[in-house]
Amino acid sequence: MSRLYMARNPKVAARSLDGEMMIMSGRDSTLFTLNKTATILWQSADGTTPLDEIVDRRICTEFEVEPTEALRDAETLARELASHEILQLSEEPIPPHSTVAGESRAGESK
Amino acid sequence: MPELTTEVERLSLIIEIGSMPVRVHTTDPAFLSLLRERYDGFVTSSERGEAEIDFDIELIPSRFADPEAILRVTQHRGRWTLERGDFRAEWEPASRRGSIRQTANPYSIDAVLRIVHTLVLARQGGFLLHSASAIRNGKAFLFAGVSEAGKTTISRLAPPDATLLTDEISYVREQDAGYIAYGTPFTGELAKLGENVSAPIAALYLLAKGAENRIDPIPPAEAARSLLANLLFFAEDEELVQATFHSAFEFVSRVPVSRLTFVPDARVWELIG
Repeated sequence: MSRLYMARNPKVAARSLDGEMMIMSGRDSTLFTLNKTATILWQSADGTTPLDEIVDRRICTEFEVEPTEALRDAETLARELASHEILQLSEEPIPPHSTVAGESRAGESK
Repeated sequence: MPELTTEVERLSLIIEIGSMPVRVHTTDPAFLSLLRERYDGFVTSSERGEAEIDFDIELIPSRFADPEAILRVTQHRGRWTLERGDFRAEWEPASRRGSIRQTANPYSIDAVLRIVHTLVLARQGGFLLHSASAIRNGKAFLFAGVSEAGKTTISRLAPPDATLLTDEISYVREQDAGYIAYGTPFTGELAKLGENVSAPIAALYLLAKGAENRIDPIPPAEAARSLLANLLFFAEDEELVQATFHSAFEFVSRVPVSRLTFVPDARVWELIG
């Protein structure tokens, strides 16, 4: 079974405020407010940790959910975030250089 | 031998909004008069000195204008291009020079100026905001909201001791640890130019019409979301979008943001100032 890797798109701007993660598309200025699960995916999207590990370590421990179902839902959510160009997805680890530009600000949390 | 060319007189004036002087040049005296009238209170002598930007205006026949066309603001190799059906402008920040091709109307240059100010402010932590604003007791207050939210109404209800900065688009500039609001000539339904003065911003109110006058705190995340929803930004530019996004969060971390519910009654101003 192939694994899925996620990286933050450096072309979006992100801020966490009062526990809410807000993301703005650099392309068309659309504003997204992420729910808890999407926030976990965003925060964990380092390009090297596979999605199933993130689900196992972060989502199954946070929510009472069955691992297979949690992985399926997380993958659906990750693909939705990717469709909005918030995340980059790959079946291979994503090299850091492709997420460098703007990363310090994009990942900034205040 | 008769002269083959004649020198065309170049007429200029400076439109200074938010302490940013923009000099415009035209060869048409009637258009210069139109600009002088349109930006009354914001026009200074072109002899005044260095301008932040110099725009050459070329007037074209109105048959070429398509006011329905979509606005596009793009940058390529340090040169901005601003296009709408009724104008095409180019601006190169490095040389501080630009050109505007438009019909002889005040609306096209008004749009160009708004866009250029948003681009300049984006790099400086400031922005233009869909909001009315006024100065009272030396402090500026912003009243944000979409169309019909009450910007014109709150402006119309302002008491004599309040100085109106705008009933439609506020000019916000970051300065030291706070923010300054400047008057703008950008008007809404009130069709009254703001005063060309400025003051430190004391509060941003998100307008809501209701059965009583009251001020309620709102959570920071909602404040940021509402501010972002009311920002004017036109450019297809990832770097500036990110800069403006972060500026909005900086603003709500330093300026109190509340919801102002009001009835259309002058007593609402008893809560302000």
